[in-house]
Amino acid sequence: MLRYILKRAISLIISLCLASIIIFAVVEIAPGDPASFMLGINAQEDTIAALRAELGLDQDKLSRYFTWVTGMIQGDFGTSYTYRSPVAEMVTERIWVSLPLALYALLISTLIAFPAGIYAATQRGKSGDLVVMGATQFGIAIPNFWFAMILVVIFALKLRWFSAGGFVEWENGIFKSMKSLTLPAIALALPQASILSRVMRSALIETLSEDYIRTARAKGFGKRAVIWRHALRNALIPVLTIIGLQFSFLMAGAIIIEQVFFLPGLGRLVFQAITQRDLIVVESVVMLLVFAVITVNFIVDVTYAVADPRLRRRV
Amino acid sequence: MRSGSLIFGVLLSALVVIAAGLSFLWVPFDITQLSIPDKLQTPNKLHWLGTDHFGRDILSMVMIGARTSLAVALLAVGIGFFIGVPLGLVAATRKNSIIDEVIMRTNDLIFAFPSLVIAILITALFGAGAMNAIIAIGIFNIPVFARVSRGAALSLWQKEFILAARVSGKSDLRISAEHIFPNIANLLIVQGTIQFSLGILAEAGLSYVGLGTQPPIPSWGRMLADAQTMVSFAPHLAIIPGTAIIITVLGLNLLGDGLRDLLDPRVRKSRE
Repeated sequence: MLRYILKRAISLIISLCLASIIIFAVVEIAPGDPASFMLGINAQEDTIAALRAELGLDQDKLSRYFTWVTGMIQGDFGTSYTYRSPVAEMVTERIWVSLPLALYALLISTLIAFPAGIYAATQRGKSGDLVVMGATQFGIAIPNFWFAMILVVIFALKLRWFSAGGFVEWENGIFKSMKSLTLPAIALALPQASILSRVMRSALIETLSEDYIRTARAKGFGKRAVIWRHALRNALIPVLTIIGLQFSFLMAGAIIIEQVFFLPGLGRLVFQAITQRDLIVVESVVMLLVFAVITVNFIVDVTYAVADPRLRRRV
Repeated sequence: MRSGSLIFGVLLSALVVIAAGLSFLWVPFDITQLSIPDKLQTPNKLHWLGTDHFGRDILSMVMIGARTSLAVALLAVGIGFFIGVPLGLVAATRKNSIIDEVIMRTNDLIFAFPSLVIAILITALFGAGAMNAIIAIGIFNIPVFARVSRGAALSLWQKEFILAARVSGKSDLRISAEHIFPNIANLLIVQGTIQFSLGILAEAGLSYVGLGTQPPIPSWGRMLADAQTMVSFAPHLAIIPGTAIIITVLGLNLLGDGLRDLLDPRVRKSRE
């Protein structure tokens, strides 16, 4: 057991190191010097050189990479070129928009997917199943930013139930803040809910065909009792994996939705930083997102290994 | 019923492909001609799907946009296929070796990157445009194809006909190319269809934020971005390109599902 965790931990560390190298390299080889970008086209050579020195861009690549990595380990993500404020601070500010948004979307997606998936599985092959599965096909095919636009037209512009964009800060009350995240969360949740419903359905169908389910039925348990007491619990494993994956996707994938709703989240921060050549922000936020994904996967793997001894042997 | 989804998928996909193909030969109106007096018309007899804010015919733009979307997504699938499949096959021939380890761990690593953020990063840093969008989307197709082909190839390597090929003295490379690849081609076609539809969505997303196909070439994502400020008084500007995306993605997904059922007898049986 311990050996397995150790092995996974080592591969986690290697992955993180490689990820940091890749991110640094991509940003490095990209054309466009942040200093000349910040100063504009009319800047003097010596002014650019001075700014480069100030930003630490004149040092060699290797030492800059190590400064960046060691800084991050200590919680120092560097200073934004454009805003001249610590990246860590900017990230902390933004995360209070992105994290609740991701959790909200995940909640909506789960609340839709569980009943839909369970219903479809129990109605397998009947018209109810076909309707749910047809709806999920649509849900997957709809681009979420387009769905977001349609939601804005209906619920913000026509019905005026929600605002068309922007974020109400948490100081103004949780209800107001959550309200401003509602349309973005619904837009984000739709494709996720469709995927999750399908996973839920197929996982449940698979468990329902197991021998122990037949045994339980033979012992006289009703269909409903079997689903709730036996099948659902076992079907949850693949569903939880997908929820784990969706969470990291929602954290990072909100980038376009945040653009549509003008939400000051992490995605919008990266997007702005990319267009402003604020490379230190780009590197650090992307690294943070990758760190989140890799770590979530690690935790999921280890939890399974603890829960299910069969998985340990496979590695 | 299942073959119904295949037929529906084929019909929808064919509609898009025909529209794209036809646009090379003929479109109802020349979209390079701006005609401000005709702007923002709702669908009518002359302009079947209406006109945009420059008075351009939306049907013509959607048709040319189909061409752009299909081309970008197809080339991105091509990148994934032509790099990913050989990597997966090599990994399968050398199971548990260093090469296998390196290929599969690199795959895991690419999976860990938030694809949309990286695609935006690549297109923004190296220049917005269709070519960089293709590369950015294509990179994330590589691990998908590598994983699928490795998994499928591994089980084939246990089969007797492969053993027979080995006994006859064929090299691993030749076996992979002559025996393994044809046998996993079905699976790869299904996966290709799924990646194709994901590519359409990704291209639309990138163009929507201004990093995909650049004007004046029409693209569905770009049309949606233009529509955003006018959507309250001209909703057809957003509804039509959005519907085009949905039809394409839905068609491809149904096609992929249908093909899988058709090509994989086990799925067919379990569904019956």
